[in-house]
Amino acid sequence: MRRAELQLWGAVGLIGLVCLTWLAVAALLLWAVLDPQDWATVLGALGGRAGLLLFLWAMALIPVHAALNYLVNEYVRAPARLAEEARMRLESNDSRPVEAKGSKEIRQLTNVINDAIEQREALVKAMDERVSEAGRRTEQEKARLAALMSELTKSVVVCNLDGRILLYNNRARLQFKRLSRSGAVTGGNELMGLGRSIYAVLDRKLVGHALENVQRRLKRGAASPSAQFVTSAASGKLLRVQMTPVRAVDEQGQALADTMTGFVLLTENITDEMHADAEKNRLLGALTEGSRASLANTRAAIEILEDPAVDDELREKLLAVIREEIQGLSDRIGELQRSSSQALRSRWPLEDMLGSDLIDAAITRIESALPVRATLEGDIDTIWLKIESFSLLQGLVHLADRIHHHCKARWISLRLQEQNERALLDLVWTPDPDRDSEPEMNWENEAISAGEDRLAMTLMDVLERHGGDCWIEREEGADGTRCFFRLLLPLAAPQEELPATTFQRYEGRPEFYDFDLFQSDNRSRKLDDCRLRELSYTVFDTETTGLNPAGGDEIIQIGAVRIVNGKILAQECFDQLVDPKRPIPRASIPIHGITPDMVKDQPTIDEVLPAFHAFSEETVLVAHNAAFDMKCLEVKQDQTGVVFDQPVLDTLLLSALVQENQERHNLDDLAERFGLNILGRHTAIGDAMVTAEILLRLIPLLAERGIHTLGEALEASRKTWYARVKY
Amino acid sequence: MKKILIADDEPNIVISLEYLMKREGFEVLIARDGEEALALIEHEAPDLVLLDAMMPKKTGFDVLQAVRQKRSALKIIMLTAKGRDTDMEKGRALGADDYMVKPFSTRELVERVRRLLDQTESPSAS
Repeated sequence: MRRAELQLWGAVGLIGLVCLTWLAVAALLLWAVLDPQDWATVLGALGGRAGLLLFLWAMALIPVHAALNYLVNEYVRAPARLAEEARMRLESNDSRPVEAKGSKEIRQLTNVINDAIEQREALVKAMDERVSEAGRRTEQEKARLAALMSELTKSVVVCNLDGRILLYNNRARLQFKRLSRSGAVTGGNELMGLGRSIYAVLDRKLVGHALENVQRRLKRGAASPSAQFVTSAASGKLLRVQMTPVRAVDEQGQALADTMTGFVLLTENITDEMHADAEKNRLLGALTEGSRASLANTRAAIEILEDPAVDDELREKLLAVIREEIQGLSDRIGELQRSSSQALRSRWPLEDMLGSDLIDAAITRIESALPVRATLEGDIDTIWLKIESFSLLQGLVHLADRIHHHCKARWISLRLQEQNERALLDLVWTPDPDRDSEPEMNWENEAISAGEDRLAMTLMDVLERHGGDCWIEREEGADGTRCFFRLLLPLAAPQEELPATTFQRYEGRPEFYDFDLFQSDNRSRKLDDCRLRELSYTVFDTETTGLNPAGGDEIIQIGAVRIVNGKILAQECFDQLVDPKRPIPRASIPIHGITPDMVKDQPTIDEVLPAFHAFSEETVLVAHNAAFDMKCLEVKQDQTGVVFDQPVLDTLLLSALVQENQERHNLDDLAERFGLNILGRHTAIGDAMVTAEILLRLIPLLAERGIHTLGEALEASRKTWYARVKY
Repeated sequence: MKKILIADDEPNIVISLEYLMKREGFEVLIARDGEEALALIEHEAPDLVLLDAMMPKKTGFDVLQAVRQKRSALKIIMLTAKGRDTDMEKGRALGADDYMVKPFSTRELVERVRRLLDQTESPSAS
């Protein structure tokens, strides 16, 4: 029986007892006031009916119990239950209304509480909406920033004061790939990556000096201090670097005038520019000095010739000198014209543009300005042009306008091809059959008019600025005679473009920034004392020809991802097949899916291991069953001279530590227990990704067991049973 | 008779200079490169050198420096196609007595040669 029931029965018993006592007192009073005869009469009347009296008394207790039960329900239990339910709603954020029970007053109270719950729910909803709206805005801003960064034609790298990279754009990634010594293997990822040191590329002293200059200017109150320097990277490429400060921000979001938290580097590969400059100088030098010498020789010869005393023999010699020098001068000018037309061209801001982009823009402009259909003819190879697109497009619209009006053409096709280190851009049309010949055309020398726009220059002016030319030709084809206006344009060197597939491996926009890295990190601390969640890791996996690395089995694939600041940097991965220079056992192919054809022509371990070493520099190595993977690396030490001496964590051992009651700790089981989807299991990169996810989930579980630092994790790992396994 | 050394690797200017100096009554020596010029300076002791700045083996500046290191007071006129101020400055700093940028007037060259040789004859006059 519940306690409340007992209490209720207790109360009923008490009332019964009170009634009995009252009856006894009444009887006592009667006995006291009645004379003995009357008392005897009363006793005589009741005599033998005591049982009936007791029964009546007991029956009287039933309505008492019912009344009491009602009162307790209405005024005791109902408020208590209401209090419990209200507390539950309060603590669990449950927004369901509380059922109104009990007396009228309690029901009113319940309604008030339900109103409060409703209000709280509305407030929470509004708050959630505002938070998610703010989150959406932040995400949009982030996406915009990322998009902007990736579109910039300059390389942008943002570092904290320790020189750790916390943001970079696509261009920087490409540029650093070109600077990388092992770019073919690592894709430059060993140089450019979040949390990596910029000093792997740029001289620490040079950056330090620039930093000092910027800081000094900041202290002096300069509004936009910056420093510039030129440096040569390890690969011999020349970089022009501009440094600007990232100022510290106060609590109100205002930039502090003289405190820096990091710096922005705008880097530009000026190797080609420098070569072009050197060539320009050479040409100018040849022109000035060579011409001066020739002029000197000629002038001296002429002045001597003026002397009547000169004999015939000398006269002939001097005339030969003059002829030779004039010829030399003209040869020099000819050479200059041939080779320097690009280098010495006027300083128009010519930019590199993909030919297909220019054609697309031209088609759109022509079709919107004229009642003409414009189409692309043929396939455009990846032709890069060096042009000033605005005036060139105006010029093209001008030409299309003339073709339309003078030749009645309603369809103009554009084609672009490469010939003799020049680009040929043709506007092709079918001539008016009613005319015997085309009218006199001098369109290139008319002021450009494109729709409502009129320029002060002619198409020829524009082309001359490009070192180009133009003319009209006719061609006979299957469809009869066609005319085309040909424009000769300069080519640009192909741009650094990533294949589109680069970003398709992982969904979503790659993260090229992590502003949390602005916070001071723990690199100055002893590695063992560093907290697990703050460390940088290289999580890797190897695929091999077999399970006996010491017995001659070779690595055929290495896959790795880095974890920086608790985030997996999926876009900075290392994924490389290796030619093992030995057959791959047929039985192992179904496991890793790597066939002999796939590793043919791939780099050997001698090239891949140094690249992987550079990739994993300054990080803790992590692998699942690391003893095996480390053995694979270790047996190659003597051959490659590459030693991996950084600390190693093993997710197998860590899992055994935190899930000691589980029997199995293989990668599939762990992934299942943590609810992870495995993509590309048994490829090195796929397994490395899963291992990285598992590590991130193990770190908080380790913390619950008091394992916070790398030193503690290593020590605890050593004590597990699995640590005894050797390869 | 005063000796003039013409040090220039360009035969086309040497023809004119040789005629010019001989017409003025000087004995003419000819060197086709810097090393030959130094050898002739040492063994023939010319009174004045017309020294081209850009020559094979040793440049005119190298020759000038070598001569001045020996504390020689030999008169030297640098002839050069380089018209940059810094080259002129360098020539003067290394001790050239005069510096002429090509193309120059032969009359002016003769005048400068005469003036320098006159200074040698009457050092007290300078």
